[in-house]
Amino acid sequence: MSNNIPSDLKYTKSHEWVRQVQNGAIEIGITDHAQSALGDLVFVEVPDIGRALKAGEACAVVESVKAASDVYSPLAGKVIANNGALAGKPELLNEDPYGAGWLFRLETGASANAGSLMSASAYETFLAEESK
Amino acid sequence: MVLGVSVFVRREVAMGLKTPLYDTHVQQGAKIVDFGGWDMPLHYGSQIEEHHAVRRDAGMFDVSHMCIVDLTGGRVREFLCLLLANDVGRLKTFGKALYSCMLLPNGGVIDDLIVYYMSETWYRMVVNAGTRDKDLAWIRKHAIDFDVTVVERKDLAIIAVQGPNARRKAAALLPPPQQVAVLELKPFFGAPFGSWFVARTGYTGEDGFEIMIPAAEAADAWGRLLQQGVKPAGLGARDTLRLEAGMNLYGNDMDENFHPLESGLAWTVAFEPTERDFIGREALERAQRESGRELVGLLLEDRGVLRSHQKVLSAGATTAGLSGEVTSGTFSPTLNRSIALARVPKTSQPAVQVDIRGKLHAARIVKPPFVRHGKALIDIS
Repeated sequence: MSNNIPSDLKYTKSHEWVRQVQNGAIEIGITDHAQSALGDLVFVEVPDIGRALKAGEACAVVESVKAASDVYSPLAGKVIANNGALAGKPELLNEDPYGAGWLFRLETGASANAGSLMSASAYETFLAEESK
Repeated sequence: MVLGVSVFVRREVAMGLKTPLYDTHVQQGAKIVDFGGWDMPLHYGSQIEEHHAVRRDAGMFDVSHMCIVDLTGGRVREFLCLLLANDVGRLKTFGKALYSCMLLPNGGVIDDLIVYYMSETWYRMVVNAGTRDKDLAWIRKHAIDFDVTVVERKDLAIIAVQGPNARRKAAALLPPPQQVAVLELKPFFGAPFGSWFVARTGYTGEDGFEIMIPAAEAADAWGRLLQQGVKPAGLGARDTLRLEAGMNLYGNDMDENFHPLESGLAWTVAFEPTERDFIGREALERAQRESGRELVGLLLEDRGVLRSHQKVLSAGATTAGLSGEVTSGTFSPTLNRSIALARVPKTSQPAVQVDIRGKLHAARIVKPPFVRHGKALIDIS
């Protein structure tokens, strides 16, 4: 199974990744492990710009041929961008989960609890535990 | 059904039943999932590529989890006339296959199956894996009165080779004289070739063979098919292929709660000859007089993916006007659109709506199959 875990990102137990893009803004997607487990993706629904999200709120949907899965917002914040390219090319998520397959960006502000996220090594350990 | 990502990456701790090809699948990189208690390949990398391989060239599926039952005895034909809703009396030539439902007295579908006419005193049935135990119990219960012997053939594996080039590639595994004969098999006929029983049947809407083969020979045959360029395909592609072909899946599109007439299977019920009294006949004759529900095809007009259990509403209706339900839904790799089978009232107009995660999306009732022999059969414009 595909299992690339870039060391400069943070991770959640529900297999989202978080990239710090600028002060107070983050970019979110699903991990290589998640896209590989889901299989060929055929439909992606991203949250609308301006939507306020709570931490852990279901806010995007990724559908493979087999099933639909929720994506949860890793932190609280307001959606400032979403990846419109996924509407026409959902396979970007399989091909480049940490790049062209990004889902949305959040303005989190100072109050967001980034300490709840895992480092790359912690996520790797978590995956190993989960597959036992 | 909406599931968290984590559901898919949790590995099953309990180990399931394994077919003779299990180790081969693992070696070839299959993602293994539980399917009715069996550890089966879901895909070998890309479900969509496997789907296209079957539509355009040749793919192979391990369907050894399905249950082969040999029925023998002097009164076996009489027994099957009672047991099955379709009429084995239609089988005039040895090797001919018949698709049928096996019904409860109230018309509910116990299972769907294929039965082969092997000889005057021998019929072979292939039933679903998930219904094996209840099927065998039901068959044995009724077989006693006819002195019919019921033998489950656990010693056989089944490889389905499907696609426009499937028969040619599979035939290459046989000695030359048998190659000619196997390629002369007509659709829905089977015959023995050495240790194999080969039938020109399938579950994909493409031409091909289903090969019943001694378990010990299965891995070797799989390897030789691979050398012929036949692509291994998993249960994922099998599901999108059968749905495009408008074929029902037991447990989704029919079960004991519905009769064949509301499951798109009226064509499999033989009411003629009228003197044949099969189990479920009386209930179906009553059901024929009611308007009831029917199984139809759906094409989603919007973006998104239809899934089983989503609600189908007539156009313009709100959630108060509930009318039907999706029984199987998926993304169709051939059409690049979402398609489904749905059970709706018989009076439904073609324009409907489907409730996908609380939002209503436009869909259209169409007549399955959606795809046959590589070609779209419905207008997707």
